[in-house]
Amino acid sequence: MIASKGDKLMKKVIEIQHLSKSFGTHEVLKDIDFSVNKGEVVCVIGSSGSGKSTLLRCINLLETPSGGQIIYQGENILDNKHNINSYRTKLGMVFQSFNLFNNFDVLTNCLVGQTKVLKRSKGEAEKVAMKYLKVVGMDRYVNAKPRQLSGGQKQRVAIARALSMEPDVMLFDEPTSALDPEMVGEVLKVMKELAETGLTMLIVTHEMEFAREVSDRVVFMDKGVIVEEGSPEQIFNNPQNERTKAFLKRTLK
Amino acid sequence: MSIDWIISIVTDNWEMFLRGAWMTLLVAIVGTIFGALIGLLIGVINTIPKPDRGIKRFFLKFINAILAIYVEFFRGTPMIVQAMVIYYGSAQAFDLDLNRTFAAILVVSINTGAYMTEIVRGGIVSVEKGQFEAAQAIGMNHWKTMIHVVLPQVARNILPATGNQFVMNIKDSSVLNVISVTELYFQTKSIAGNNFRYFESFFVACVLYLIMTITISRILRYFEKRLDGPQNYQMMDDLTQIEGKKS
Repeated sequence: MIASKGDKLMKKVIEIQHLSKSFGTHEVLKDIDFSVNKGEVVCVIGSSGSGKSTLLRCINLLETPSGGQIIYQGENILDNKHNINSYRTKLGMVFQSFNLFNNFDVLTNCLVGQTKVLKRSKGEAEKVAMKYLKVVGMDRYVNAKPRQLSGGQKQRVAIARALSMEPDVMLFDEPTSALDPEMVGEVLKVMKELAETGLTMLIVTHEMEFAREVSDRVVFMDKGVIVEEGSPEQIFNNPQNERTKAFLKRTLK
Repeated sequence: MSIDWIISIVTDNWEMFLRGAWMTLLVAIVGTIFGALIGLLIGVINTIPKPDRGIKRFFLKFINAILAIYVEFFRGTPMIVQAMVIYYGSAQAFDLDLNRTFAAILVVSINTGAYMTEIVRGGIVSVEKGQFEAAQAIGMNHWKTMIHVVLPQVARNILPATGNQFVMNIKDSSVLNVISVTELYFQTKSIAGNNFRYFESFFVACVLYLIMTITISRILRYFEKRLDGPQNYQMMDDLTQIEGKKS
């Protein structure tokens, strides 16, 4: 089941060229070139304010990039005519603050996108939702409302909701940063299991141990640019750039 | 003695009182419902994301400006004046002979709509930004986001304020007696005009208004509780239960 890291097809799922983003005069992303390959697990690390979350949010257009291109299936998504909504269904987003729909129970949270956006039948959608709720270990809570769940449980449901859309790539925006320390483990465990199934994942995280363990590639960002990228061994054991070294020294201890 | 008078007024005129109370309720209920719908619709239109340029942007700005004028106008003038303008004004200017009940409901609806627009705006603002983002992230457009995710939460948020508006409409519909709508105040005035017992007649009206407003408040409180759903949830111990639920 686990594809060894060498024989992964180097097919680009998403390619980003010269991406930039400014909030007013503040340039958050500067000329980013970056791509995610099929089946690859990429972790983006860096200090707060380095632009990593913004990069992720630009990829699914929650932030509108100021310049550059996002290429998905050979087309530039930032072209005016492109249908943003159908593109977004191909990207599963997991937020730092979970953002489960407060008005629905756990099951309906995983159904609504499938039935209202993908137009799946209710029966089929339920089957898919239950499959992924089981993957994250939340299948017993289908009746619960978000407010009745703990943070870790909410985040696992949020992962199941994103998976239920059966996206090409999963985006995780600091999925454990809003969790109590004891709940971080349960979410990381689920993500680790997902990584082993060959799912394409792009993860912004502060969990260095986790990044070292699961990623095929680690990207270090600082001040809006990608400073260094490479295999986890390379980045964590033998960083080349001074900024990477300084960051790791601060965080790894 | 007053008590005797009250009893005799009620026994002689109970039909007129009840008809008046019914008209008051009808105007208030229909007016509040339409007003709430107007408010929700305008709330959704106001939050349509505006493109940076182009005709669509101009069009949306134009619509929003008109809606803003509507809100300011009807919030900024008394309902009693609006009733006169709409009922007698339309008769004079366009030769329209509006049905009085219809005119009354119209006045209350658009008046409530103006207030509800602001209430709905507050309700939408109070929904977390993350809810919008999560809906967008799974590919929902503005309308789907609104209908499936945001408005159900807005409805819950604005229910107390809407109930308040409803209670106010029950009381304020009394000003519609100026266009001779046979609501409770108008009926009471007629009754008192016949028997000259103003205190006793209006005391009965008072009690009827109170019964209506208190009942409505209780019913709405019950609905709020219903909307919040049960406090507990059931664990699904095995998947057969959900399979069973499906079939």
